Amino acid sequence: MKCHYACRSAEHLLERRKFLGTLAGTAGAATMSFPRLLRAAMPELDANQKHILVFWMSGGLSQLESWDPKPKTDTGGPFRAIPTSVPGTHICELLPYTAKQMHHLAIVRSVNTKENDHGKGAYCMTTGRRQEPVADYPHLGAVGAKVLSPEGSPLPGHIHIATGGGGGSSNNAAFLGPKYASITLGGGGPPQNTARPDNLTEAADRQRTAFRAQVNDQFARRRRTAESDAFTSSFAQAQQLMERRDVFDVSKEPAADLERYGSHEFGRHCLLARRLLEHGVSCVQVNHSNYDTHHENFDFHIEQLGEFDRPFATLIEDLVQRGLWKSTLLVVMSEFGRTPQINKYFGRDHWGMAWSVAIGGCGIQPGAVIGKTNANGTEVSDRQVDHSHLFHTYLRAVGVDSTAKFDAAGRSIPMADPAAGPIQELLA
Amino acid sequence: MNPTPAAGTAKAEPQQTHLLVEFKYTSPLLNCRFDPLGPFMFATAQDNTILRWHIASGKATPLAGHDSWVRALAFHPTASTFYSGGYDGRVIWWETAAETPQPQRTIEAHHGWVRAVAVSPDGNLLATCGNDNLVKIWNAADGTLLKECFGHANHVYTVAFHPQRAIIVSGDLKGVVKEWDIATGEQLRQLDAPALWKYDVGFGADVGGVRALAIAADGKLLACAGITEVSNAFAGIGNPLVVVFNLETGQKQQQLGTTAKLKGPATGVRFHRDGFVIGSSGGLDGGHLLFWKLEQPNEFFDLKLPDTCRDFDLHPDGLRLATPHEDKTLRLWQMTAKAK
Repeated sequence: MKCHYACRSAEHLLERRKFLGTLAGTAGAATMSFPRLLRAAMPELDANQKHILVFWMSGGLSQLESWDPKPKTDTGGPFRAIPTSVPGTHICELLPYTAKQMHHLAIVRSVNTKENDHGKGAYCMTTGRRQEPVADYPHLGAVGAKVLSPEGSPLPGHIHIATGGGGGSSNNAAFLGPKYASITLGGGGPPQNTARPDNLTEAADRQRTAFRAQVNDQFARRRRTAESDAFTSSFAQAQQLMERRDVFDVSKEPAADLERYGSHEFGRHCLLARRLLEHGVSCVQVNHSNYDTHHENFDFHIEQLGEFDRPFATLIEDLVQRGLWKSTLLVVMSEFGRTPQINKYFGRDHWGMAWSVAIGGCGIQPGAVIGKTNANGTEVSDRQVDHSHLFHTYLRAVGVDSTAKFDAAGRSIPMADPAAGPIQELLA
Repeated sequence: MNPTPAAGTAKAEPQQTHLLVEFKYTSPLLNCRFDPLGPFMFATAQDNTILRWHIASGKATPLAGHDSWVRALAFHPTASTFYSGGYDGRVIWWETAAETPQPQRTIEAHHGWVRAVAVSPDGNLLATCGNDNLVKIWNAADGTLLKECFGHANHVYTVAFHPQRAIIVSGDLKGVVKEWDIATGEQLRQLDAPALWKYDVGFGADVGGVRALAIAADGKLLACAGITEVSNAFAGIGNPLVVVFNLETGQKQQQLGTTAKLKGPATGVRFHRDGFVIGSSGGLDGGHLLFWKLEQPNEFFDLKLPDTCRDFDLHPDGLRLATPHEDKTLRLWQMTAKAK
């Protein structure tokens, strides 16, 4: 019988990704000791492999309380600006540790996405395109997983680390297919259902898996199909993922590092991000929540950035010291910034018209400050850019021709908005 | 309108509260205090300025000295001196009645925001608190640090001196209230007001805090003001609440809430000599002055204000109130019937 090898259709990949992201306990257990698949060795970290690390400041980080402070203006709020390791560049006093790492980072202070809606803003910033009713575009991490991940990597190429429990897979890969969609590690734990259930002994598991392999081989010799291969492949990847479960265990890191990153959840997530990058995961997004501060913006930015600052700065320091900085693109982004106008409740509202993104690594010009806002931050006054320019820049920084196109079932789709280009000043 | 003080012993009539005068500024206002000895009214603004208004003439004098917002003002009981605490971590001494007051002394009081400043009844001591989780006691005459009170695990929002005993009381972000021995700086007792705090999982942050506290003139009751039942931390939707403790027993005596959902925090609280409690609130439902009887859980009178209210002060005459507003206006109110 002719074998129709895995068609790679979105449907098949969806099933496969769902399987990987949320392994059902019993199904996962049934394949746990597939011996021929256990031997997949983790590839050594390739020094040339590029990575993307996104800090997603959920809700909309205030540019005035971070990268573009305007003290002593009508919009400035109560915080002062502090000098950084880049002479002449000041950031908000809420980021004292980050200030010492600014010679590794660049700031784009002239972002205008013209988008004040959470969902639409997030879509712009993560895909580089505006949402369209007839098209869907992949998340930066999905693109990165597609173009940066080594063949045969046992680990997912696109991982999000989020607060809280849960987790599972997302559908943010669009036409690239579920293989590149993000797997979310809820609470920084390993992917769901990747542990052998307690009530299944290792011996029983081995026996079941051997039996399954035997039956599977018999089936494959006579009636092998694309579907059966895809299913077998899914089991294989799941098995590899389960074997590499320790990669997600941040407690394996030295106690001194756990101390340096802080005992809170976000500190552990930053350390986990380092661990994932070191194990070859192409794209990692660390979520930090929440900056949607319509009420008491200043108190909440003290609380949130007070948690963010030190582990973030520590991670930059570590990536530099460990030689990963030149191969890792780091971006700090949100769906938008926050209004310069302070509302009646000491809050700031949604604002996509004049805000900032921080970026670094992978050859991004260290210490650069791109663009300006006016004196009180109400509009961009120089070098306006938007999400599409940033998206081109991210891809170019990791060595990808951002004018290249994806082939999606015969359709040619540009990787990034062809109407825009990269921010050349940021690129080495 | 006549903003002249009424007789000091007249009985207040909350339901008759009416606007006396408005003072306009160029920046949204934050906090306010009456000059207890003189003719002035003070407010702070989002442009880092302290404003002094001569109540009778309306003459405004801006005072510059802080590098950030000033959220704390306190007055010496007998001398022409007041103290300001700012989000720049500084406490500044000022001469209240000078032609143009200038900073007399500046101390770096806290690492991070100074949230509150209080003066002892005899005027000899200052107490301050702030975002370094500390309460500090200072010599009011020379600014010498006398005691640091360690024990709060979160930002300390407010502090007050007991009117008779040698203790101070402080309240923090999580509704934790502590009594401190002034002589030793040691914690004497902890009173908890958990209704004034929650950790919002979706928001990923602590919400609430003891925004204001007041001790009754007889020293028997403590009122702690803040926000409760927060249903939406993003928008600050909760309800004003004042938790009243009996300081003799250390037990909670009453919770003073509101009849309507006002969708914002209580921003100030005072005991009135006539036996009722006054609070201010500001949120999505605008600004309110609230009047409670201690034996009733909800207010007996709610005065809707023209704009959200960020603080209030009660004049020593017991009849006038002042409210600072985001609409750049300081409003003075009189708690007696309008003159015919």
